[in-house]
Amino acid sequence: MSKTLIRGAKVLGGEPQDVLIDGTVVEAVGTNLSAEGAEVVEADGKVLLPGLVDLHTHLREPGREDSETVLTGTRAAASGGYTNVFAMANTFPVADTAGVVEQVWRLGQESGYCDVQPIGAVTVGLEGAKLAELGAMHESAAGVTVFSDDGKCVHDAVIMRRALEYVKAFNGVVAQHAQEPRLTEGAQMNEGVVSAELGLGGWPAVAEESVIARDVLLAEHVGSRVHICHLSTAGSVEIVRWAKSRGIDVTAEVTPHHLLLTDELVRSYNPVYKVNPPLRTERDVMALREALADGTIDIVATDHAPHPHEDKDCEWAAAAMGMVGLETALSVVQETMVDTGLLDWAGVADRMSFKPAKIGQATGHGRPVSAGEPANLTLVDAAYRGQVDPAGFASRSRNTPYEGRELPGRVTHTWLRGKATLVDGKLT
Amino acid sequence: MQRHLISAADLTRDDAVLILDTAEEMARVADRPIKKLPTLRGRTVVNLFFEDSTRTRISFEAAEKRLSADVINFTAKGSSVSKGESLKDTAQTLEAMGVDAVVIRHSASGAPYRLATSGWIDAAVVNAGDGTHQHPTQALLDAFTMRRRLVGRDAGLGKDLDGRRITLVGDILHSRVARSNVDLLHTLGAEVTLVAPPTLLPVGVETWPCEVSYDLDSTLPKSDAVMLLRVQRERMNAAFFPTEREYSRRYGLDGDRMAKMPDHAIVMHPGPMVRGMEITAEVADSDRCTVVEQVANGVSIRMAVLYLLLGGNEPAVSHARPTEEK
Repeated sequence: MSKTLIRGAKVLGGEPQDVLIDGTVVEAVGTNLSAEGAEVVEADGKVLLPGLVDLHTHLREPGREDSETVLTGTRAAASGGYTNVFAMANTFPVADTAGVVEQVWRLGQESGYCDVQPIGAVTVGLEGAKLAELGAMHESAAGVTVFSDDGKCVHDAVIMRRALEYVKAFNGVVAQHAQEPRLTEGAQMNEGVVSAELGLGGWPAVAEESVIARDVLLAEHVGSRVHICHLSTAGSVEIVRWAKSRGIDVTAEVTPHHLLLTDELVRSYNPVYKVNPPLRTERDVMALREALADGTIDIVATDHAPHPHEDKDCEWAAAAMGMVGLETALSVVQETMVDTGLLDWAGVADRMSFKPAKIGQATGHGRPVSAGEPANLTLVDAAYRGQVDPAGFASRSRNTPYEGRELPGRVTHTWLRGKATLVDGKLT
Repeated sequence: MQRHLISAADLTRDDAVLILDTAEEMARVADRPIKKLPTLRGRTVVNLFFEDSTRTRISFEAAEKRLSADVINFTAKGSSVSKGESLKDTAQTLEAMGVDAVVIRHSASGAPYRLATSGWIDAAVVNAGDGTHQHPTQALLDAFTMRRRLVGRDAGLGKDLDGRRITLVGDILHSRVARSNVDLLHTLGAEVTLVAPPTLLPVGVETWPCEVSYDLDSTLPKSDAVMLLRVQRERMNAAFFPTEREYSRRYGLDGDRMAKMPDHAIVMHPGPMVRGMEITAEVADSDRCTVVEQVANGVSIRMAVLYLLLGGNEPAVSHARPTEEK
């Protein structure tokens, strides 16, 4: 059956409407649409959003298939309501050549659950010393548009300047992991009262803020655009706000976990809370929420970072940094932004679909839910509340900080170009 | 009855005084011709040392043997750990051998806490120093030494350190001894002052229950005890202070500075001392310096802790960390 009628869905949280999918596109949006010849999905007032787009995902393939593969990662993405993810370059080998990015892109094509757009490394081997072949990666079948050494900061100001200048040739964007390396040597958590008490090396806010300040000025100087990965401090928000007010072409993302969790949780020494950048203070969390609401922070990105159990079931210092996020992102955003009144569902669509697609030039994604548009859609039961059970995750790794925590919202259906990848919460 | 000793912050005033009083009883064993009690006969204690520390390991081993425990010494060097075995696997292997208590020293802050709370093992866990976090038995032996010198050996029984003024000098930032002492001395009613260059004080130290000063000379006349902390020479490479000479001039304790202290005041050091830089030989070898006593007292304190955790009937140690949030 090539037609699907989604009946009574609140499109972007508005009044209930019917949405008719025909083949790969949305044929009509309206009331009392005919269900003839169509499979009917009773939405019953669930919220219909454009398929979510994640500008910051780690799929681990090639090289760390014990953590995640493109297939398991895209299944996790579909479970979380995503139809497009950007795969970070810190694989083994590093995605710093046309060959590797094409491999990731093809694996994404084959998965069928979610489009995958590889991110290319800015520098060879993520070593920060020599520019990777950015043009070749852009011209490859993968058509790379976003470049990042994520996990490592492009800390050399000259290399960063050259990267920003070079990608202008094909309207690319450099996504910076802002972390001044010398200020964060030995860092294991946010520097502050808690790190001092726990005796864990501190990651000071200024190590992020100083790099962002430098990079927005570099972007202004060379007339390029820069994207800041996973903002985590109130000071970073202020710098991005200032840069935007000055007309600098900067965009920024925040992760769901930085909108919800604080460094107080590290008192448990449970490595599930170990992440880079680290969990910050309550003041930072509130500043990030406000900035996402007022548009200073453009998008939510998951920084989905799967790790096998043994890499987390150990002492804090030995544990890997990162947490999975694709399957809980929307719930955390609902908890922190929607249920608090800071953002409506149209705002969520903007921050989690329209804008990330625009930043990453994800063709066919982040489009309005209207006739003629690709049928990349996500249906959310916003009234649902339940405990997070990682046993049901599609991701190969289960390193979530939310195990047992009650969160609102549940993605029930996802469609990728009209094909259902998730039905009633189950992957097809 | 709580089963672990992870942090000095977990001890209530009554817990701490009970440990100090028990240590006085244990100290009397050392005066006997046969320095042994049957208390932990048939119990097995493993000293799980992932980090070199001859002094602390021998002190625990002496305490365990004086209580008649069966002792297993495990050092990471040359063990399966150097072949990549995890802390969890190592701990579970040892527990499978019937261990009742694990005394753990680890370079990673929080490793003893993980061991005690992760469900990997059932044995009691005693923290023998973790990273830059805590070294609770060191703090207890320091408090024990202070009480004996400042309050009295027998007169001190049942008493704390109420109103005593204690100064800790040196690398506070990297010191688990400093963290433990601030927690415990505050619990025992002492007024603690930390003295260090600003670079060697942790961010957020203003929230700790103590005073902070950059000036040693003004602090000395009002100190009942001055404890010097070891400054690692490699810190100089990270620009924590300009030169050894400048550090010594501003924060080292020499005879002239010691003369500024009240007559009854004592000089302490957890060891090993760097003579010439943080303390002069004149001070280190003076009668007011308690370094050797601290070592002897360490055995008594560790006997008391093991006795109360494994053999005693009275609750000695509470464990008041926040529960793990899932």
